Amino acid sequence: MREVTFEITENAPIAANVYRMRLCGDARDITRPGQFVNLRLEGFFLRRPISVCDRCEDALTLIYKTIGRGTEKMSRMAAGERINVLTGLGNGYDVSLSGERPLLIGGGAGVPPLYMLAKELIKQNKKVRVVIGFNSACDVFYENELADLGCEVFVTTVDGSYGKRGFVTDALPSDYTYFYSCGPEPMLKSVYKATVTSGEFSFEERMGCGFGACMGCTCMTLTGCKRICKDGPVLKKEEILWQI
Amino acid sequence: MADLSVELCGIKLDNPVIPASGTFGFGAEFAELYDINILGTFSFKGTTYEPRYGNPTPRIAECSAGMLNSVGLQNPGVERVINEELPRMRKYFDKPVIANVSGFSVEEYARNCELLDKQEQIGWLELNISCPNVHGGGMSFGTDPKAASEVVRAVRAVTKKPVIVKLSPNVTDIAEMARACEAAGADAISLINTLLGMRIDIKTRRPVLANNTGGLSGPAVFPVALRMVWEVAHAVNIPVVGMGGVSCAEDVIEMMLAGATAVEVGAANLVDPFACRDIINSLPDVMSKYGIEKLSDIIKGAKAWEKT
Repeated sequence: MREVTFEITENAPIAANVYRMRLCGDARDITRPGQFVNLRLEGFFLRRPISVCDRCEDALTLIYKTIGRGTEKMSRMAAGERINVLTGLGNGYDVSLSGERPLLIGGGAGVPPLYMLAKELIKQNKKVRVVIGFNSACDVFYENELADLGCEVFVTTVDGSYGKRGFVTDALPSDYTYFYSCGPEPMLKSVYKATVTSGEFSFEERMGCGFGACMGCTCMTLTGCKRICKDGPVLKKEEILWQI
Repeated sequence: MADLSVELCGIKLDNPVIPASGTFGFGAEFAELYDINILGTFSFKGTTYEPRYGNPTPRIAECSAGMLNSVGLQNPGVERVINEELPRMRKYFDKPVIANVSGFSVEEYARNCELLDKQEQIGWLELNISCPNVHGGGMSFGTDPKAASEVVRAVRAVTKKPVIVKLSPNVTDIAEMARACEAAGADAISLINTLLGMRIDIKTRRPVLANNTGGLSGPAVFPVALRMVWEVAHAVNIPVVGMGGVSCAEDVIEMMLAGATAVEVGAANLVDPFACRDIINSLPDVMSKYGIEKLSDIIKGAKAWEKT
């Protein structure tokens, strides 16, 4: 973890209530896909944890959905503004377990971290397939970007206005070697039931600190209490204990 | 050269800044960022006899200038604290540490303290009789002077280490609570724990916290905390450790002027992991600005206006 001041270079909508923010600054602490950063926003006490969509040495890309006053404030920030960031948070996905034909499954605001993951896996010459699900056509983003990396991409929408009608679990291909997923908890539960190999899930929880100090985001697993922010956000399928 | 040192129950602190229990874990996450031996000391995560998972999530909610938590004393239990956390802590923290102790019965407080009393790394025992997020323990001892006295007496009988009692602000008369603890043998009083609060999600019409209510901390509570530190410092003859919304060197000085011998910093650590380091580093300049050479000289130094 490191505290870094980033400068916003871009902050623009890419789908309904979904924005892409590009930040310039020291990004070397993001070493694995699935890690996150925690942003300090003027006028808000707690930081806002946002997953990293992409990185290079001196830049980060974040994609976020406006769901409350904090993310709405973020969406009104302009290029040139500076932002205090705790970077390098969370464990991230383990790309070494992917096998030759990994499957990536994302829903809505859970899609962004899969981009950096797909990039890493493609770099390792894996055959990457991605299933991404949204509510409606206006919510869809990053289909082309993922395809441009060299992934085979399947899109579902709940209302059928784009891609296949239904949920991500209605479009899962077979013969994958491992899976990685990120999305709302009901989707993760369905993916848990529908998948036939081992895999990884990235979870979301309201956080206090984001770096393991406050025990605000604890969840119970088969291997004991885990802090979503520090021991997660990525958990392995084998350790998950659904609470309800 | 500015003198930041203070003495708390016979143990010298290099400075009065102490990360508060529940916001600093056992120190490991912060020791990765800076040498935490620059702290006066710190108060580790509230420890019960049995390991505790705590309350269901969400356990965190935001509010204006502060936050609510309903963590509910998640901790590994006293045995693992002694056998795992304390040996690990020895690698990155050389100073005497404050053990924050909680319980669900008088006997549990005494049993935990008896075990922790044997640990030489522990300088003080801070009795948390003020956690608002658990049922049948914690705050139920901290809102009744008689129950508080019983806990303090039972602990007093099993330890020679200084006993600090951490009080709840969720009472009508905090001075009465402090006097009861002093009479029962407490060596110091720390205050305030969090104030009971809640938030409701307008969309779902449900409380934001799965526990419905939680404890409010952060700058929002500072004036309430300061007033209570002032009242307690004027009601007892034992040292007072002030806390509640402290986030800068000026807040530390205000707390000390109100009567605090040392000052705990809580919620600030969660939004800025360097908060305590930065407060300590900025204290000499702020002291010099206000003509303070020796920090311990200002304890209880604020003079009340005469009431007409």
